[in-house]
Amino acid sequence: MSERNEFERIERSARTRRHVRLTITYILLGIWALVVLFPFYWMVLTSVKEYGAYNAEFYPKLYTLAPTLANYREAFTAVDLGRYFVNTLIFTLLTSGLMLVVTVLAAFAFSRLEFRGKNLLFTLFLALMMIPYELVIITNFVTITGLGLRNTFAGLILPSVTSVFYIYLLKENFELIPDELYKAAKVDGTSDLKYLLKVMIPITRPTIVTVMILKVIECWNSYVWPRLITDSPKYFLVSNGIQEIRENGFGRDNIPAMMAAVVVISVPLIILFLVFHKKIMEGVSRGGTKG
Amino acid sequence: MSENNRKAWLYLLPAILFLGVFMVYPLLDVLVYSLEEGYNFASQTYRGVGLFNFSYVLHDPYFMQAVKNTFILVIFTVPVSTGLALLIALGLNSIPRLKDFFQTVFFLPYVTNTLAVGLVFMILFKKTPYSDGFVNLLIEMLGGQPVDFIEGPYWAKMTVMSFYTIWIVLPFKILILTSALASVDQNLYKAAKVDGTSPFRIFRKITLPMISPMIFYLVITGFIGAFKAYSDVVAIFGTNLNAAGMNTIVGYVYDMLYGDSGGYPSYASAAALILFAIVLTITCINLLVSRKKVYHA
Amino acid sequence: MKISLEHLTKKFPNRNRKEGGFVTAVNDFDFVIPDGKLVGLLGPSGCGKSTMLNMICGLEKPTSGRIYFGEDDVTDLPPENRGVGMVFQSYALYPHLTVRQNIMFPLENLKGKDKLTKAEMEEKVLEAARLVQIERLMERRPSEMSGGQQQRVAIARALVKKPKVLLLDEPLSNLDARLRLQTREEIRRIQRETQITTVFVTHDQEEAMSISDMIVVMEAGVLQQIGKPQEVYDDPVNLFVAKFLGTPAINVFEGEIRNGMLCIGDEAVLKTNLREDRRVWTGIRPEGFILQEDGPFSCEMIRMEVMGRDTSVVCRHPLCEAETVRAIVPTESKVDDDAERVRFALKPFKVELFDWDTRKRIRFETEE
Repeated sequence: MSERNEFERIERSARTRRHVRLTITYILLGIWALVVLFPFYWMVLTSVKEYGAYNAEFYPKLYTLAPTLANYREAFTAVDLGRYFVNTLIFTLLTSGLMLVVTVLAAFAFSRLEFRGKNLLFTLFLALMMIPYELVIITNFVTITGLGLRNTFAGLILPSVTSVFYIYLLKENFELIPDELYKAAKVDGTSDLKYLLKVMIPITRPTIVTVMILKVIECWNSYVWPRLITDSPKYFLVSNGIQEIRENGFGRDNIPAMMAAVVVISVPLIILFLVFHKKIMEGVSRGGTKG
Repeated sequence: MSENNRKAWLYLLPAILFLGVFMVYPLLDVLVYSLEEGYNFASQTYRGVGLFNFSYVLHDPYFMQAVKNTFILVIFTVPVSTGLALLIALGLNSIPRLKDFFQTVFFLPYVTNTLAVGLVFMILFKKTPYSDGFVNLLIEMLGGQPVDFIEGPYWAKMTVMSFYTIWIVLPFKILILTSALASVDQNLYKAAKVDGTSPFRIFRKITLPMISPMIFYLVITGFIGAFKAYSDVVAIFGTNLNAAGMNTIVGYVYDMLYGDSGGYPSYASAAALILFAIVLTITCINLLVSRKKVYHA
Repeated sequence: MKISLEHLTKKFPNRNRKEGGFVTAVNDFDFVIPDGKLVGLLGPSGCGKSTMLNMICGLEKPTSGRIYFGEDDVTDLPPENRGVGMVFQSYALYPHLTVRQNIMFPLENLKGKDKLTKAEMEEKVLEAARLVQIERLMERRPSEMSGGQQQRVAIARALVKKPKVLLLDEPLSNLDARLRLQTREEIRRIQRETQITTVFVTHDQEEAMSISDMIVVMEAGVLQQIGKPQEVYDDPVNLFVAKFLGTPAINVFEGEIRNGMLCIGDEAVLKTNLREDRRVWTGIRPEGFILQEDGPFSCEMIRMEVMGRDTSVVCRHPLCEAETVRAIVPTESKVDDDAERVRFALKPFKVELFDWDTRKRIRFETEE
């Protein structure tokens, strides 16, 4: 009898300990979630605070009772936020689209076609993956300047339309498609290009979508190259725009308008993320790095 | 065969062209630049060939400041972010509910514009005549003295910098470690429990070795990434980093290239090559260490 | 459409770089496939039969030799201009397309005057689908179908362009045993209905024997024998063909001709008209044994396996090439399970002799 009580006691204490541990875990994870989410909350909150009200707060308030959209109007009228936005959209779409064409064609050649020097060339491609961006950007700056492409979309886009890593990723995926499919298409008289378009690309669509999403994120956030290559606000992307706003726009103290601009440029990616979060996270764990 | 050859090269042509112009040629060119002494950007002429550019850069106090900042940032953020990511990943793997929700939330910083959110951080930490700012108010509530994190003392600026960097790099590390932990064979844990192994010992002897390749992968990419810190620094301290005393090596390269102090591609090249050498050395050391310490299946 | 192959040879560069040189996959093939027949190309794995098929199809170019469809030389034509349909071992269905789209795929490639309207395509697709009885599955994707159904779709896709020649690469190897029987009847039926000259590759001799009008046995890139299945089985030209055809396989013994008698070890088993004393490989078909208490040939008994109508007597003989000797006898015949040895008489026409060195068939008559 006492043995049974003993057992129950141990059981109960183990359960309690488990509960305590889980509670602590949840609390700690909750704290970090707060740290992650707070800046987002803060930027939305600040963006709807009235300019005067915001500046009057010595102790910033964690809520507002009189939300206003005036700051958004200010953000779009005082600086050319709309243009930065459209520029980034054009830049992102063109770069991602061109990159897709270039990398898919190259990956197709490496995975499907036989030609002399294939292995050597592929090894050279892989070796290029080790080259840091910072080393080549100097000459690229000089090249683009020399070609007179500063402050043009061509100058912005051209240096980033190839990615050895994505060529590699796509090639690996293309190679998973059985040989017999290619032979079957050949028997039916399908040209290589048609086979690529009608068979390989549809089959590897999940990977291609992943690559596209990663590239879109990269483009939307790119800052260094656009900063080097554009000095006319006509060609600013959102990153440069936000830096410009910070240093020269609105007057230094119109924080609410600044935050409105920040919200505007952050929203597209956050929506993209909320829609595709499974795909994006899967894609990043397969081959993304920040930077 | 020759027809096939031609076709293949045609498919590869765009990639080769772009990589040639924007990767291979610049790589060779940067070496040339770094050796051309007294290069004048306007006239495209130079005095002579030698190692002067390197010696100039190494004697430039701005560069040394940038090296110091970068090293502090690397040494602080890489271990802290990796450790924190590991703790969070362990937490995520041990909870029965809400795992997906937390994972999604934690990943959010990955998809945000570094410059934009940096601005929010600046506002949270900044002390102005009108307001001490949110973070300082927290400090005061806890009984501390307010500090200007953005234009105040060096250690304060470094703290914000590190905090923001960790905030930015953590999503990737959490993601990788969570999936690494999830892929450990659960039977190993069951077997260890049957043997009455303590949780800490299970962690030390089973979990850690099994995910060690991923940890080292994160350490290596973390080092490489942190050495290239730039846009997150700009986000918080603005483009004039030398004035703020917060420049990084990459920032120094860009400043030499462009901007108010720019127009010196030779110095920029030399600095970039020095950075490359540092990163390469550290990566090699990492690889050597990992070969000894990492469990390979 | 008659297919003629003339001195067809295919060499591949040796994969192993150190050894260099070439590997001959198909060596000097020379034969004619008559119009409207179903021909089984038979041989062990790696004997070059798939290479053979690929050359007929046009996926690979022969190193030398010519291929004729009827009177037309098609050697240098690409596959799409040869009028061939091909079914692959793994079926090679496009996973992202439905059955209808898969079957339609070849039609969409037609250009110029051959170009079809949408309605014509639909009609042809339906016709092909009906032929293989999958018209109810048209909107499925390959992953939603069984192996047998996928196989039918692959055949329909190969037939939709009304090819002059149909080629099948190991069409049954990915199916389970029951489906295999069913599908091979199906292939036979479709071939009969369409009257298309059909060549299929297999390593399974039973499969080839059961449905082919003609079989072609090859080994190591070399043609061994062509003929009707039963003819080849009854009258193999060499030891390889004899061993390759028939299940259970032929039993091969080290034998000897002594004074006209075929001897296996000390036992003289058959009287022949061969006069010259020599060593010979002696093949005895499993059904060539007759249980007989005073028979001339004896083996060490291992066990009996009763399989309904027939009984398989498994025994051992020191001169047999294989571990065990298998004899098939009618179940009624009396066997003593406990006996240590078992004695047989042999049916002379089920005994085949082969030269010791060349392993070519030695023909002989029995004498009483």
